[in-house]
Amino acid sequence: MLITELKNKEVIQCQLRGKVFVLVCHGCKEVHFPEQEAEELIQELSAAGSVTGTLVTDYICNPEILTQRLQKHEAAIGDADTLLVLSCGVGVQTAADKYPGKRVIPGCDTYRLPGFQGVTPLQYDCQQCGECYLNLTGGICPLTACSKSLVNGQCGGAKNGKCEVDPNMDCGWERIQKRLESLGRLDALKCPVQLRNYATDSELDKE
Amino acid sequence: MRITELFDNGEFVVTAEVGPPKGIHVGHLVDEAKEYLSGITAVNVTDNQSSVMRMGSLPTCVALKNVGLTPILQLTCRDRNRIALQSELLGAAMLGIENILCLTGDHTKMGDHPGAKPVFDLDSVSLLHTACQLEKGVDLSGQALVGEPPKFAKGAVVSPCSNSVDAQLVKMERKVMAGAEYFQTQAVFDSEKFIRFMEKAKQFGKPVQLGVIIPKSAGMAKFMNNHVAGVHVPQRMIDALAADKERAKAGITGVEIAAQIIKECRPYCQGVHIMALGWEAKVPEVLKLAGI
Repeated sequence: MLITELKNKEVIQCQLRGKVFVLVCHGCKEVHFPEQEAEELIQELSAAGSVTGTLVTDYICNPEILTQRLQKHEAAIGDADTLLVLSCGVGVQTAADKYPGKRVIPGCDTYRLPGFQGVTPLQYDCQQCGECYLNLTGGICPLTACSKSLVNGQCGGAKNGKCEVDPNMDCGWERIQKRLESLGRLDALKCPVQLRNYATDSELDKE
Repeated sequence: MRITELFDNGEFVVTAEVGPPKGIHVGHLVDEAKEYLSGITAVNVTDNQSSVMRMGSLPTCVALKNVGLTPILQLTCRDRNRIALQSELLGAAMLGIENILCLTGDHTKMGDHPGAKPVFDLDSVSLLHTACQLEKGVDLSGQALVGEPPKFAKGAVVSPCSNSVDAQLVKMERKVMAGAEYFQTQAVFDSEKFIRFMEKAKQFGKPVQLGVIIPKSAGMAKFMNNHVAGVHVPQRMIDALAADKERAKAGITGVEIAAQIIKECRPYCQGVHIMALGWEAKVPEVLKLAGI
């Protein structure tokens, strides 16, 4: 089970550039989604005239479903500078991989809840850390794509682009570097020193 | 003595590296260090290098300090969380260890306890940041330290010959932002690659020590090429090591190769760091041949 919570509005706003397409995933039955807050955010953005389109759907974690659902919206997504994804961390990564040249911004943090986890394709994974990093890393999760879950960049252990731990695994930070480079967003790596907060790991541990 | 003072004075800083034993006897290590490494600026002490369990870096640093050497405490984030790392830094300062090298560390799966929990609560960047916080008299949670805060020369590493050199430069910049004052590099065998790297790295304005390994054999060189991240020994050096096995075994070829790289790179860096990997006795020869 997991809970998605909308990030602070200011945090989302400062990540948005130009026109925005909003992709909302109400998810699977394992997800609690902040529907009302998301609706309010979309209304605010629409009122400001910056929204090219919105799609409220489910199961965007599945790349085939996502492709199908977005077929009718390709033009609106093409017009948008930013794709704002309100979903769990897996949905954001699926969308970022589908549109590698697009600025993809997560609007939610994903928290863990005990119990069954959503059925998700294996290639994307979300640790439900409660402080989504995907806006800093081009939509590739450093916690699950890096075997050390590093949040401040590549270690010295990559050889020929592969991880020191598993020669079949691409170095997550090299993937992030390349993605940010192609997006022209290397400046994202000049963010302040990141310290993970393990106290937000579970929704149940929150005060 | 903090080695940053020497960099500030424009000195070419020479350091080497020793690894604590898997046991409690450091006599041999201390004797060798005294005999062969007394003439250099400082000696790194590794922290469970390659994730192989050994005696700790800090007690070994103290043993070296007790015989008049200047140790550099290597500290990795693999085995300790932020509480233990801060505690270790305070302990180091209390024991008079003033030089530190902050590393993320190899993954536990690389070593002799592959089932151990990899910690990585912090990483090299956030560890540097942590050391800076302690120097300001507060810990990572903002609590005030009691009394005079510690003061360190804070070092970090970078891998100039990595295939991901752009990612390495980004990380280097993050380390500088976080408080790194000097850098030691992964072993370099390709001077041209290092010089190209330094052209980009000099913008950060921090002293860089060229990393050097004395190659012991063609087999060792090939092994590093296949398995050690960021290290590539060119074929001509492998050929030189293979050409005369006795010469290679005696260390003559390896010393020549190491000295040659130092000579070629010296104008572009601010020091050299020799990882002798058991050949500490060859360090004086390398330096002599390199003209240092």
